[in-house]
Amino acid sequence: MVKEKAQILDTEGIRRSLTRIAHEIIEHNKGTDNLALIGIRRRGVPLAKRLAARIEEIEGRSAPVGILDITLYRDDLATLARQPLVRSTEVSFPVSGKKIVLVDDVIFTGRTIRAALDAVMDLGRPEVIQLAALIDRGHRELPIRADYIGKNVPTSRKESVLVRLQEIDGEDKVVIFEPPD
Amino acid sequence: MGLSEKDLVGLQHVPAEEINQILDIATPMKEIIKRQIRKVPTLRGRTVVTVFYEASTRTRVSFELAAKYLSADTTGITAATSSMSKGESIRDTARTIAAMGADIVVLRHPMAGAAELLAHTIKASVINAGDGAHEHPSQALLDMFTVKEKKGRLKGLRIAIIGDILHSRVARSDIWGFHRMGAEVRLAGPATLLPPGVEKMGARVYTNLEEALEGADVINILRIQLERQNRGLFPGLREYSRLFGINKERLKLAAPDALVMHPGPMNRGVEIAPEVADGIQSIINEQVTNGVAVRMALLYLLTRGGSKHEITC
Repeated sequence: MVKEKAQILDTEGIRRSLTRIAHEIIEHNKGTDNLALIGIRRRGVPLAKRLAARIEEIEGRSAPVGILDITLYRDDLATLARQPLVRSTEVSFPVSGKKIVLVDDVIFTGRTIRAALDAVMDLGRPEVIQLAALIDRGHRELPIRADYIGKNVPTSRKESVLVRLQEIDGEDKVVIFEPPD
Repeated sequence: MGLSEKDLVGLQHVPAEEINQILDIATPMKEIIKRQIRKVPTLRGRTVVTVFYEASTRTRVSFELAAKYLSADTTGITAATSSMSKGESIRDTARTIAAMGADIVVLRHPMAGAAELLAHTIKASVINAGDGAHEHPSQALLDMFTVKEKKGRLKGLRIAIIGDILHSRVARSDIWGFHRMGAEVRLAGPATLLPPGVEKMGARVYTNLEEALEGADVINILRIQLERQNRGLFPGLREYSRLFGINKERLKLAAPDALVMHPGPMNRGVEIAPEVADGIQSIINEQVTNGVAVRMALLYLLTRGGSKHEITC
């Protein structure tokens, strides 16, 4: 049995992290002109929507939110026993010339983000792509880093980080699980 | 996730949840077709070979585009331009293609059971793109996808399939598929073109066209196969058109929001009147677009070779 090692963030912790990231995004991009958020399925999507809501609260102007499914861009499809389900990519705005902020729950090896970068590029040519992640747990396998991070969490490779969000899981928390001894 | 068989030879034995899976994945595939850059890297390094022993435009192009949009390499052979014309058997042709490293073989052949035979011969996945009057599963899948997209469901819908059921592999796959998904399938056509025993597949047979059309949610009009019509199965094309052709008046018998489908190629003025083919209820062009999306979903799912074969292949 895997056991829960520690809770890293609770509802309030997640809320504060997202508020800070929203401020950082606005500051870094000098406002919301040409700004758009794209959440990576699944848990990047509610996070992107929450960030967009915060940004609108702060600036009084909204930024569009898109949804990215990266399944068709994964680099491990050939090694999986079964083909994973493909869901829709829903980016209703043109990405060309936009400042895109990719949003995901956890950044780990960087392979998901590599796939997401390719997926976004296939939709057009953004002016810039930035990355926001609620948790950075290290162990990168590719030269990729996040521009906005909720919390850095040193982990061992064997551990797993689980983000649970109200919209999908009915509660807000981030926990680390460790494998059995 | 994933299909249980390595091949798709027909819909007769495909369970409802696998049909649903294919239809579900076709939706995001359709989004890719509508993009400016119609290309995802998913099947990079995979090879899809189309082997067509019978004439085809849309099916072969549809499969080839589906493969290309997913970045697979494709090549095609047709009977007239290959060693098939030198008398090579289908099995040997297939073994040759498999030995060159094809991952998926798409086969059209005039003999019923050809795809099944091939599936047992080679390790590559085989997709039946029409075998005699047996099955044409990808056409039925795109029909189901198109109807589901328009109506939001398949269960409980009344699907009328009109025309030459006897020679139609599309009709057989449609009957298996729509019936499995909980739709009511009605068949109507000249008695000589209604194969005996077809009720056992789960369809209702009508010799009266008007009754079959009454309240139908979908009218799927089959092509009169001119190449097979010199056997005196009905008096003539004009006679057929008068008795079974779908025109504006007959369309009014169906539900007011009924959809008109045709697997193509159409004989305008024979089985379908031009004003029906081009009317607002017609979704014939959408069927063609959706065909590419559904075939992308199939290629995607079949490149894993099916769960039953994980160890052996």
